[in-house]
Amino acid sequence: MSELFDTVWGWGEFVWSFQIVQIVLGIVALMVPLMLCVAYLTFAERKIIGYMQVRIGPNRVGFFGYKLWGLGQPIADAVKLMFKEIIIPTKANKFLFLMAPVISLATALAAWAVIPLNDFLGIADEVNAGLLFVLAITSLGVYGVIIAGWSSNSKYAFLGAMRSSAQIVAYEIAMGFALVGVLIAAGSLNLREIVEAQQGNLGFLDWFWLPLLPLFVVYFISGVAETNRAPFDVAEGESEIVAGFHVDYSGMAFAVFFLAEYANMILIAALTAIMFAGGWYTPFPAAMVPDGIFGLLIGSGIHWFVIKTAFFLIFFLWFRATFPRYRYDQIMRLGWKVFIPITIVWLLVVAVMVLANVGPWFD
Amino acid sequence: MIEQISFYVFAGLLIFAASMVITMRNPVHSALFLVMAFFNAAALWLLLEAEFLAITLVLVYVGAVMVLFLFVIMMLDIDVARLRDGFARYLPIAAVVAVIMAIEMILVVGPEHFGLAQFAEPARHASDYSNTKELGNLLYTVYLYPFEIAAAILLVAIVAAIALTMRRRDGTRHQKIEEQIAVKAPDRVRVVKMASESNEAGE
Repeated sequence: MSELFDTVWGWGEFVWSFQIVQIVLGIVALMVPLMLCVAYLTFAERKIIGYMQVRIGPNRVGFFGYKLWGLGQPIADAVKLMFKEIIIPTKANKFLFLMAPVISLATALAAWAVIPLNDFLGIADEVNAGLLFVLAITSLGVYGVIIAGWSSNSKYAFLGAMRSSAQIVAYEIAMGFALVGVLIAAGSLNLREIVEAQQGNLGFLDWFWLPLLPLFVVYFISGVAETNRAPFDVAEGESEIVAGFHVDYSGMAFAVFFLAEYANMILIAALTAIMFAGGWYTPFPAAMVPDGIFGLLIGSGIHWFVIKTAFFLIFFLWFRATFPRYRYDQIMRLGWKVFIPITIVWLLVVAVMVLANVGPWFD
Repeated sequence: MIEQISFYVFAGLLIFAASMVITMRNPVHSALFLVMAFFNAAALWLLLEAEFLAITLVLVYVGAVMVLFLFVIMMLDIDVARLRDGFARYLPIAAVVAVIMAIEMILVVGPEHFGLAQFAEPARHASDYSNTKELGNLLYTVYLYPFEIAAAILLVAIVAAIALTMRRRDGTRHQKIEEQIAVKAPDRVRVVKMASESNEAGE
């Protein structure tokens, strides 16, 4: 018996010694919880918006005969979509039609490579151009939308793709400028060093949301616009162009677009938490954190990163339940004429604050 | 070893994508192959430890420029068959131009100018070496004036492009945002009080 164990253990060690195995296992360890979060985010959205509108939301589908407040709903939805037929329109470009959802989801997940979860966890978090990488990868998500809209060979889908590309180009500039502000404040492109630059004894007052408040607001709203969420969802616009770019998609191909949208929301929320809300640091001042188990609970740790990400995610749902859809020209005006000037002015202010060593952030 | 394999894979894909850009019949497919070419070029730069340039290539060219390209190309109704009409007619002159270009490029960037004999193999840097920081230092100290002049030229180009599209035409309609925001309910709806009409006419 012990010989068998030794053989298995030996093989395990041999396989583990390949770096690629370690990397792949790391990716799996991050992606499985992430996809579960995506699935349950769709459920949380329906529940939370339901409560905001004084409805109950999905509450029937459970497990093994128990309703469990409808917790089985996302699983049931996934199974349903998996067994539906993927219809490819006759005149569609088949290869691009099927590639589009893949591009959408891949870009939403690839950015997670450089995201640090706490002070030692992360897949490739030592990359010293992490911020640039995130910006580059998130800017590729629009290809999924454009290619889907074009390859469907349908007017509604095409209109959605056009709207989306113009919108994303507009908001990417404001987003990039907001990130330049973070870069100036932190003095690094590495996301872990950006979080570590927000360490201090004052708790949440040490984070960058305070000195970079305009950039924080601009970044988050641009993030909502980049993910094509309400109130910026003119790319879908079900009342004008049916469902926009994914009108011809069905079954799992549609589900992948759906997953990509929610994965992007989680990504934007996580990035906001990292760059403006101190990542995994506790919001309590250092003097308030005691020793022992209770100290572990309210002290810095990965749970704070998760809580902050969830906090920002709630805003996405709240916006959707609250605001009517923007008119298209107003979206463009907000992006080009309001956000970009705000970010440029605040870049100068941030640079002066850093040079003048304004405390407690830049001393 | 792995580095060499990845170099040849990416270089091969780059040449394949680049040749597809000029041979595809559909301009949208050409543009998408150009995106693929940019990606492979970025991968080659990453192999050269130029991570800032590589990521910026993806960010600027793939993330912004090509999106706008596709935006325009997809809306054009290009008749591909007509575009290819002159292919045979222009082939001789095009071949001459291509050969001249190839000879010029070999003369300027040929192996005798860029081989290992002319340049020593660049030193490997540790993983904490920041390419971005180094580039920033050089741009804002040694090459400050060329950098600023380039920036000024680009700014002039932007202003010129905007000025060209700003011409006033008759019949265009504009949104006046401040007027739209200042609107009150009485501006839009007039509530009229009137006496109820007698029943004689109606019934």
